[in-house]
Amino acid sequence: MLNYIWFALIIIAIIVGAINGRIDEVTQAAFQYAETSVNIAIGLIGIMALWLGIMNIAQEAGLVKMLARLIKPISKRLFPEIPPEHPAMGAMVLNIAANWLGLSNAATPLGLKAMEELQKLNETKDTATNAMATFLALNTGSITLIPATIIGVRLTLGSQNPAEIIGTTIFASAFATIFAVSATKILQRLPVFKMKETDRSTASIKNSDHEEGK
Amino acid sequence: MFERIISFISVWAIPFLLFLIPILAMKNKVKVYESFVDGAKGGFEVAVKIIPYLVAILVAIGMFRASGAMELFVRFISPVTDFIGMPAEALPAALMRPLSGSGTLGIATELMKEHGPDSFIGRLVSTFFGSTETTFYVVAVYFGSVGVKKTRHAVPAGLIGDLAGLIAALFICRVVFGG
Repeated sequence: MLNYIWFALIIIAIIVGAINGRIDEVTQAAFQYAETSVNIAIGLIGIMALWLGIMNIAQEAGLVKMLARLIKPISKRLFPEIPPEHPAMGAMVLNIAANWLGLSNAATPLGLKAMEELQKLNETKDTATNAMATFLALNTGSITLIPATIIGVRLTLGSQNPAEIIGTTIFASAFATIFAVSATKILQRLPVFKMKETDRSTASIKNSDHEEGK
Repeated sequence: MFERIISFISVWAIPFLLFLIPILAMKNKVKVYESFVDGAKGGFEVAVKIIPYLVAILVAIGMFRASGAMELFVRFISPVTDFIGMPAEALPAALMRPLSGSGTLGIATELMKEHGPDSFIGRLVSTFFGSTETTFYVVAVYFGSVGVKKTRHAVPAGLIGDLAGLIAALFICRVVFGG
């Protein structure tokens, strides 16, 4: 899917840019966004290290497991493939809580920590698991209880009631989340998106080769 | 009241965690400093791992935006959105949402300058902005951090969520704000 979308974005950009006489801007954008990407990634290093450190303490103290146990009734249904007390669960809960509170500096590092834990359970390392897709769906829906950025913009532009969009935003994002999560549950069974058996069997052949070699 | 409570929690959530976790860890005989450093080691690696994925996605989206293809797409799709009663002016903000957060914010700000933040369009684009995340950015960063290239159904599911969010935003703004 991403292969086609990526291909389409680039090809359309060149063709339309040429027709519109904006090919220079298109080229400039390519360079500029390449640089922006690196800046974003580098900017993550510090907060990433901070939260990975804190999470390691929490994990060694058994707190992440405790948190996972707390939400077991919900997580069992959403993530049937993940053992209910796996550290991935604890990290996912913290990520989602940080999203709700609009703490983006904490949400991304915690989300990436959750991905790291989910990857440990993944048999085919270059392919997304069902649990990963569901977790991403929870994130792209992203319920935020106070959308602070847009409220700030509304305030600057002289809105009489800048916060009046809180309710509508929560409603819309709850809807988006429910649909995205349900979509992962349905789509994961479709033949196009199913985990390819060949991927798994080659992985297990490799493993058995390894064992025979011992 | 709701706002006050939430912003209180937002301000105190992180200091509370930074206070509680070391205390409980000490109680459980964890060597907190050593444990922190062991965990934090991974920060650099994760950030660097994301770079190729982020460059791929952001460059493609940046080129697409710069080419003016968005305007073309808006014209192409406007009969459908007219049909469901989406104001034509708000359509670019809606379509930009899964591609770029800063792009959407820019469009939303322009629209609110023009129509006023308390107009129906102003309220609608404000709701669009907060209602979903930048799906492609999340996919690049999250999957990139663990080296997953084959994203399977994650992107279509995210886009279905985005679409549902847009329609829900339009519906609820109609109900609450009229227009």
